[in-house]
Amino acid sequence: MSAKAPTNLKTKTHESRALSGERRLRGIIDDVLRIAKAAGAEEAEVHVDEVLDDLTRFANNAIHQNVSEHGITVSVRTVAEGRTSRVTTNRLDENSLRAAVDAALSLAASQPKLAHLLPLPQRQKYRAVRRFAKTTAAVTPQERARAVRRACDLAVKRGQVAAGIFSTGQSLSAMGNSRGLFAAYRETHAEFSITMQEAAAASWAKANAGDVRQFDPQQLAARASDKVHLAVDARELPTGKYTVILEPSAALDLVGFLFYDFAATALADKRSCLNGRMGKPLFGKNITIADDAYHPLQLGAPYDGEGMPREKVLLVDHGVPKNLVYSRLAAKLARKTPTGHGFMLPNEYGEAPMNLVFSGGDSSLEKMIARTDRGLLVTRIWYIREVDPYEKIMTGMTRDGLFLVEKGRVRGAVRNFRFNQSLLEALRNVEELGPAVRATGEEAFEMVVPAMKIRDFHFTEVTKF
Amino acid sequence: MWDLATHSLDVAKLRGASYADVRVMHLRQRDLTTKNGQVGTLAQSESTGLGIRVLAGGAWGFASTDRLTRDGVAACAAHAVSIAKASALAKRRDVSMVPEAAFIDSWQSPFQKDPFEIPLESQLALLLAADAEMRRSKGVTLTETDMQFRSIDSWFASSLGSRIHQRKIISGCGIVATAFQGDEIQKRSYPNSFGGQHVLAGYELIESLDLLKHAPRVGEEAAALHSAAQCPRLTGTLLLGGSQLGLQIHESVGHPIELDRVLGEEANFAGTSFLTLEKLHKLRYGSDIVNVVADARIAHGPGLGSFAYDDEGVPAQCTDIIKDGIFRGYLSNRETAKLIGLERSSGTMRTESWNRLPIIRMTNISLKPGEWAYDDLISDTDDGILMDTNKSWSIDDRRYQFQFSTEIGWEIKGGKKVRMLKNPSYGGITTEFWNSCDAICSAKDWALWGTPNCGKGQPMQTMGTGHGASPARFRNVQIGTAFSGQ
Repeated sequence: MSAKAPTNLKTKTHESRALSGERRLRGIIDDVLRIAKAAGAEEAEVHVDEVLDDLTRFANNAIHQNVSEHGITVSVRTVAEGRTSRVTTNRLDENSLRAAVDAALSLAASQPKLAHLLPLPQRQKYRAVRRFAKTTAAVTPQERARAVRRACDLAVKRGQVAAGIFSTGQSLSAMGNSRGLFAAYRETHAEFSITMQEAAAASWAKANAGDVRQFDPQQLAARASDKVHLAVDARELPTGKYTVILEPSAALDLVGFLFYDFAATALADKRSCLNGRMGKPLFGKNITIADDAYHPLQLGAPYDGEGMPREKVLLVDHGVPKNLVYSRLAAKLARKTPTGHGFMLPNEYGEAPMNLVFSGGDSSLEKMIARTDRGLLVTRIWYIREVDPYEKIMTGMTRDGLFLVEKGRVRGAVRNFRFNQSLLEALRNVEELGPAVRATGEEAFEMVVPAMKIRDFHFTEVTKF
Repeated sequence: MWDLATHSLDVAKLRGASYADVRVMHLRQRDLTTKNGQVGTLAQSESTGLGIRVLAGGAWGFASTDRLTRDGVAACAAHAVSIAKASALAKRRDVSMVPEAAFIDSWQSPFQKDPFEIPLESQLALLLAADAEMRRSKGVTLTETDMQFRSIDSWFASSLGSRIHQRKIISGCGIVATAFQGDEIQKRSYPNSFGGQHVLAGYELIESLDLLKHAPRVGEEAAALHSAAQCPRLTGTLLLGGSQLGLQIHESVGHPIELDRVLGEEANFAGTSFLTLEKLHKLRYGSDIVNVVADARIAHGPGLGSFAYDDEGVPAQCTDIIKDGIFRGYLSNRETAKLIGLERSSGTMRTESWNRLPIIRMTNISLKPGEWAYDDLISDTDDGILMDTNKSWSIDDRRYQFQFSTEIGWEIKGGKKVRMLKNPSYGGITTEFWNSCDAICSAKDWALWGTPNCGKGQPMQTMGTGHGASPARFRNVQIGTAFSGQ
């Protein structure tokens, strides 16, 4: 430590930590728009995002990492003479904001004129969403630590080893442009995930919600603990095609790879698996998918990166891909209406549905198991990558609890498999669907997805545990 | 910056920290992309802030802020101590670390041409020209190019007395052509996929890549793959190009040697490792010719894992990982080194930014060159498949079973490349694979490849790592596994 004693130790700590408020962010936007106008920008768009996130991480039955983050970023896009660019900074003083605007104008001026640059959108109307829970915002490091302690104590009591995270956070976003558009959104988010290890086995449970009261860390810990005890002494099965029962997290992490294929820009670029397949039966009749930012189990802003209101879009209707999502530019090029799914400009990807909602069914994990003569119950899949972008062949591993199901009952643990499986084929082979829930995994962002029972799922290799 | 760093350390101490280290960082980034002859992304960003890690009550706390005032960093330091004391509510032991000396130093990565000073017009003109060259090939349906430049300034101070300033300049560039035809999408990239090549260098990297020379070939190969034969399913001889072998090293050597994984600290997310402690100095990881080092020293090359000090204030080192085929070392930090009885950290703590906690990361994990000339390797192979440029990668959470696919393959018969193969892939078990290595090309074909997108930690951190490799040959490998289910 420095030998020099600090002169001001009357510092406030986390007790005073809170988001700035919409008024302050709007003030920053107004300042940047004023600076941009004075600097000669024909048009300007400003995003201001503030995050206040905390994450407590544990392993070996103890907290080993515990972090907190607070920051604000300002991102400005200028438009002048058919050119545009974006500059982002986290310095909020007048000189820094002016420098950001000047840099954006300078960057933009260095490029050839863009062929399809649109004027900024006018003021829009947004549907209200309420996704800020004071209870989540108020969670302290001590409360997270005590919850983690209880989960770890359970592991110790049962001779197991726990690892995981408990995070809580809040964010506030606002955007405005020189045509009078203004939008703001705030939310809270909370997550608890836990891996329980016993001998060479592991199992896992996770929940994610806007309101921390919507899940119970101790229940998740108990579920992972109970399950890992069943997972010890895994036996090896031959590779081949199996009926699988994918828990919602596993189903999410697989189907999550479909989302960008529904971007109109992806089809225009001929990199979507839906090229040549729109309007034709592609999945089973029991597969219906929408993008719905207003679904009660979803989080996220009701507007896109350009400030357009998000529309609910029916993407797949009983197995038939029906609609795509469109940014303003993609809509203009395709002579469609923007759906409010554009990314912040400039970008080359266009848009994507970010709030997928699968229609569920009336089955359940218990019913699926009971109605399975021989199959595998999959807790989690991992390290999923696309092998073939058009047939949508995905590879990945099972992880943290793979169980053999025979004659309607779970018969013990199985060594983990690698799969190489067409996602399109898998969604043609769905035999049962559970209720759609807010699913959370590690490979895809959270979506509303049901558990799925799928026949002829192809496992090609087996690993050593 | 030093005043703010020192002030935060002082506050941490007075609030009860027994140890603290702080990083004030300024990051600047420029991203340029083109698509189908138009500028795609044109963006620049900068971020400045402070992150402080403290030990209090025998446990860790970390807090970060972008309020770079004395009050702002003091509040941040106090908050970090409060968090550490909360961590102590769920501790099983007090944190202990191996000793380390204090250093006062300043270092800058070498570069010749500051990429931020090169006119943007010429950078975009080069990308657009390469984009156009790729589109000349009939059958190419999508062309994309990218350049990325970063500068990272870090002011590190610790309660041990270290004061270290480091500045890195990072450049990256790549081009890719995609061809959609019938029911297939094929693509080719140069000099590597997923963003190209990235190293600690200035604009001289871009100039050395000679994009315009390679762009026509990239377009032609993307289109030609549609008429190539499907890679067969067989057990046989596999030759890997340097960039693909670099990723193989990353996934099947680099990650399993991370000591935090080995000790269970990443069990919930990134996973653990098959390299349990009893295997050190005993496990035959590879054949006799396999030698792998973790080398963060700039003398190793301008890799993304090169630096003078890690983000815990430990000097860059070279550690034997595999020597003559035997497993010899882990990537460690001061805490995990203490846990397994090492005398010193191997210096691998790295952070993505000021708002992230340093964690154990790969540095430059490199396979030392062998003795083979590339042409001799091909001519010595009677029956095999050469695969190059990664398309997909996947490995289990203990790093045993892997599968890779590449953009292109070449069938080798009688010592000659006889025909192009599409959709090549291979898989195996890590130690079996490395033990099947029977030839490694010489330093003449060795390159230090950059992997700019390695994800690890919660919250997720993206880190750049380096991987030196030259083409190599492996026997009895499972080939064509990715399409075996179709």
